[in-house]
Amino acid sequence: MKDLRSPLAKAKGLGASGDASHFFWIQRLTALALVPITLWLGLSIARLPEASYTLLLSWFQSPFNTVMLILFMLIGLHHAQLGMQVIIEDYIATHPKRLIAILLVKFSSYFLMVLSIYSILKLALGAH
Amino acid sequence: MQKVDIPPLSPHLQIYRLPLAAKISILHRATGFILFIGLLLIAAILIAASSGSESWQTIHSLLSNWIVRLILLGFTFSLYFHLCSGIRHLLWDIGKGFTPQGTHIGNALIIIGSSLLTLLTWFIAWSQTP
Repeated sequence: MKDLRSPLAKAKGLGASGDASHFFWIQRLTALALVPITLWLGLSIARLPEASYTLLLSWFQSPFNTVMLILFMLIGLHHAQLGMQVIIEDYIATHPKRLIAILLVKFSSYFLMVLSIYSILKLALGAH
Repeated sequence: MQKVDIPPLSPHLQIYRLPLAAKISILHRATGFILFIGLLLIAAILIAASSGSESWQTIHSLLSNWIVRLILLGFTFSLYFHLCSGIRHLLWDIGKGFTPQGTHIGNALIIIGSSLLTLLTWFIAWSQTP
């Protein structure tokens, strides 16, 4: 039978979920964004090992720190839940268990993403 | 439930000595999993810190414990290892260094780079400690 789908259309929808190439792209995009953010975070946290509460609050007074930390939690958790999905799909073969594990990882990731952004903004903007 | 016969598996992982690139590959996945747990802990620390100075003091004294510091050292190495190995994956994706020679050089750079970044981070933290 003649195949009416173009090679591009096939490549765009590869995989069981139909969005493998999009998944691949977003995983790489978040990875690239995390390279400078991670280096900044590691070296920035290293500079406050004995942080008192006052020192912690003054760290959050810097808009640069606040924005970078929000970006780290946002992109980091997005990248992490994509990676966790791959691990779950590789090692959990049966369908209901696999779906439950993926949903658990995704829901908890997005819940903590919003909750940590709320906490960061509270530390940065809240009246102390 | 009907008993399912499991077909025999040919020996694979248990009889081969994994090359260094394969060990780094599985470590990339393992450190990625560890970092997911680490992100959950960072979120928990942020939530605690934002709820006032008392809960920050609790977190702070917990983080000063040497066993916790040892775990933090593990998280630091995991972070930099996943970062360095991840950069190689990005380079491989654009076709750079995807040769036996390039892989050997990359292996060494990942191990040296992640170790040096871990040492640098902890040296900075140590030098800031009063």
